[in-house]
Amino acid sequence: MATNERQRTATDNLTSVVRDIYDQLNGGNIPAMELPLRSKKNIEFDAQHNVWKYGDLQTSRTSKTVQGAQMMLRTIYTADFINEMIRDNKSSTLREMYYISEGWERAKFNSQDESNLLAEDLEIISKCMREDFKLRPEESGAHIYGNLDISTLTKKGMKKFNCMDDVAETGFAVPYNVEKENFGVGDTDAKFVMAIETGGMFARLVENGFPERHGAILVHLSGQPARSTRRLIKRLNEEKGLPVTVFTDGDPWSFRIFASVAYGAIKTAHISEYLATPTAQFIGITASDILNYDLPTDKLSDKDIGALEAELTDPRFKDGFWVGEIQAMLEMKKKSEQQALAKYGLDYVTDTYLPEKLTEMGLL
Amino acid sequence: MRSEKIEDFTSGSTNAHRMAAKQQEISVTEFFEKNKHILGFDSRSKSLLMGIKEAVDNALDACEEAGFLPEIKVRVERLREEEEYKITVEDNGPGILHKMMPNVFGRLLYGSRFHALRQSRGQQGIGISATVMYGNISTGKPAHIESKIEGADEVAWKMDITIDTKTNRPIVTNDAAFTWEGKDHGTKVEYSTKGRYITGKQSVFEYLRNTAIVNPHARIEFQDPEGKRYIFERATEQLPPKSKEIKPHPEGMEIGDLMKYAQNTQQKTVSAFLKNDFSRITDRIAEDILTRAAVSPSAKPSSLTRDNCKAMIEAIAQVKIMAPPTDCLSPIGDTLIKKGLMHILDGMRPDYYATPVTRPPKAVNGNPFVVEAGIVYGGEIPSDEQVTILRFANRVPLLYQQGACAITKAISEVDWRRYGLEQRGGKGIPFGPAIILVHVASTKVPFTSEGKEAVASFAELQSEIEQALRLCARNLKSHLNKMERKSKTSAKFEIVQELIPAMAKKASSMLDMPMPDLSRTISKIMNVVWVDSGTKKEGQKTLIVSYTLYNYTTKERTLGLHAHLPKECVNLTLFTNPHFIGMNDDGKVTWEIRGLQPSASLKISFELKGEMADTYDADDVYVSGINPVLVMGAEALPGDWGIKGLEITESDDGVPADEDESVEEVEDLGDE
Repeated sequence: MATNERQRTATDNLTSVVRDIYDQLNGGNIPAMELPLRSKKNIEFDAQHNVWKYGDLQTSRTSKTVQGAQMMLRTIYTADFINEMIRDNKSSTLREMYYISEGWERAKFNSQDESNLLAEDLEIISKCMREDFKLRPEESGAHIYGNLDISTLTKKGMKKFNCMDDVAETGFAVPYNVEKENFGVGDTDAKFVMAIETGGMFARLVENGFPERHGAILVHLSGQPARSTRRLIKRLNEEKGLPVTVFTDGDPWSFRIFASVAYGAIKTAHISEYLATPTAQFIGITASDILNYDLPTDKLSDKDIGALEAELTDPRFKDGFWVGEIQAMLEMKKKSEQQALAKYGLDYVTDTYLPEKLTEMGLL
Repeated sequence: MRSEKIEDFTSGSTNAHRMAAKQQEISVTEFFEKNKHILGFDSRSKSLLMGIKEAVDNALDACEEAGFLPEIKVRVERLREEEEYKITVEDNGPGILHKMMPNVFGRLLYGSRFHALRQSRGQQGIGISATVMYGNISTGKPAHIESKIEGADEVAWKMDITIDTKTNRPIVTNDAAFTWEGKDHGTKVEYSTKGRYITGKQSVFEYLRNTAIVNPHARIEFQDPEGKRYIFERATEQLPPKSKEIKPHPEGMEIGDLMKYAQNTQQKTVSAFLKNDFSRITDRIAEDILTRAAVSPSAKPSSLTRDNCKAMIEAIAQVKIMAPPTDCLSPIGDTLIKKGLMHILDGMRPDYYATPVTRPPKAVNGNPFVVEAGIVYGGEIPSDEQVTILRFANRVPLLYQQGACAITKAISEVDWRRYGLEQRGGKGIPFGPAIILVHVASTKVPFTSEGKEAVASFAELQSEIEQALRLCARNLKSHLNKMERKSKTSAKFEIVQELIPAMAKKASSMLDMPMPDLSRTISKIMNVVWVDSGTKKEGQKTLIVSYTLYNYTTKERTLGLHAHLPKECVNLTLFTNPHFIGMNDDGKVTWEIRGLQPSASLKISFELKGEMADTYDADDVYVSGINPVLVMGAEALPGDWGIKGLEITESDDGVPADEDESVEEVEDLGDE
């Protein structure tokens, strides 16, 4: 769909959300909205796209409670605000929207979490993406480094870059919108994509010349990856046919980072098919790596243990590999960081660890 | 420990003789010097507090006995020596006779109260002299006493006192008369002591503040070591009634007590001794006891042997004797407890002072006692901690050994979850924004130790404390219920008055549509009949009460309305109301409202005139003949009210209960 058309759909859909509330009031009813339940209880595997999406469980938001009525009032205000932005060809950050709501009286957001959640609700109700609403996140996506040509929209029109030759060692900064009209993926001779959790490891691999040596495109995830980062990984995988690997710390939170790249995040399960890369493979640090490479470790905190136990009931982790990894970690009660590999020297990760793991995967 | 007859043991030559000579030298004073902990002088911070406590308790007792409103000044100064403080406690009591001063302050176990049974703070004369002695031995400095008795031509006396620990006798120096400018009567005690000044739960400040709560008739001034002054003004000019002395009651007496009384009595015969020296013993009972014990009524009391006494104690247990009189106790009373709490705790802005409870007096083992309880709730009292417990015995705060105290045990036994406080498993000290006060008054409070820090637990006392707590907690709970109803009510009003209209306005302007009619939506959301109660005071003795009923449901409604009015205050304005049905002998009134249409309202208003008019709480209103879920602002008519509610069979409409929005689970799986 072209930009204009997608935005017209967004406007129409948002208007009809408001019209629905109006009609309920006009009919003498208590306004209510149905939304899919956004929790891990309501995550189902979508065999068509190979990703996890919301199931059929619904939660209803009614104006019978102050909280529900307030959310519905905010929905109307937010829909109006987005329609105005689309009409005037402006965009705003989620944070800006939070501040703009200061003038909305009773519809004002109390925290940015509330406005972020509502933006996602509106995506679900209107079946459009936040990017179509011209709402963007505070920070842009992460960084990318590797022999890849891209074109991106600048103030002077579309420009071409090479993500190795034209950038510093920090890589190319991924914009918040990586849809085709904004961002083009060009030629590459890379053999695979490696998504990396920490900036330290990203810099280590760049410094050691790993991308050049092994034909890798590195993507720095910087914690839980932003939507644009996941979308870009998905496009590289689909359009260039590049296998995707994920290299993180060895702790419960990193397992979740992998899950959101490969299976789809719970919060954005309504758009998993745009964001998730089902064929992505986990390199490590695995629980068995901790043993096999005799890595320095930290003790699992109570929070870590709780997170691991929660993962055992998360449908996305219900496969032999993950159940085994999670239980192994619970048993040894230890976690480790990817940079712990430096125990054996700065080159160990690029000379030994990664080549070994990638060979095992058949990528080298 | 009687040492009047000193025999010469030294003439003997055995080991026993030599040891006896040594044993001889241990005086009461020496014994206590070696066992300071028994008196509560076992840590530096505690010694400091205990000394002040003894002095202040004595001062309050003396003022009340003499009928003066107490004015107590306490000063703590830090001296140059490490951990050494100078304490000054001054009162406006009746003063002490010059010749008595050395014995009162310089001799352990000296005092008139030792054998008297009455509700007093210091129950043994051990306190103030122990303080003086501890000061003596810890600093080597004497105590300085000043005192003046009433009378324009009386002169004030001052002296320094040290206690000779071997003989338990005061050593007086610098004894002199002086003119005490501006002082009509009173006593000042000044002593140096080793100690540590602390702040917090077991501090001098806390002790004085709590003392002020239960002694609202006292004015207490305190200057701390930094020179900061605190003043607890009195909350009432009303002195507590003087506590009466009673004779010991025979029940619960130990054999040693009886033998001691028999030796010291003025009575000539055993029969007279029983009748005159004990309470509740009549001629007939005395005869009964002596017959059972096989003791001649005309025998001299001093001739009673240990076996005689033992037989008498056994006989007393078999004879039925009336419980001791309880009018000797002076509880603080519910209004003054509330006043004291409000006066001192107002800085914490509590939401609610639950009506305090004073239980009727009870007697166990010959000892009368009375229990009182009060609860303060909300405001700035921290809500995520255990409640604060304020324990008092005979108007004295208990700051130590909370865990060992019968009061704490009773609090832990009550299931506070029923009364709106958090408590794991329904046992233990509850959590929540509350302060619980318990006062035990008795002629002989059973303490766990000489330090008088915790009340010993026995079944009757503990169950009385629990009763008092439950009654008081019930007052708290009904307040909390009211608050919850209010917040639910205000939430619904917020939705229909603010949020729904705002929604309609924004949506219609965005869609360019007319503003919709919201009345049906509002009725559906409220889905209640709202009883709005209001009162207006007119002059001193007239209260105008009104109940406005709004039908915020979609059907017409018929219901009964009930209230318990102070009967002597009602007049024609009540009876002439067209909805009035009747009033019973207790003052319980019924109104009937028929066919109140949706969105319609109706007002019932009447006058209460007289002394008791302002005690009426208009929020205590009840309904019948309607599903109580459909009513806001009134409760269902309780079954135990003894009046018949309206019987209406509702064709009912399946009341949609308030379902809360299913909680959306937001996980820590944030993706940006």
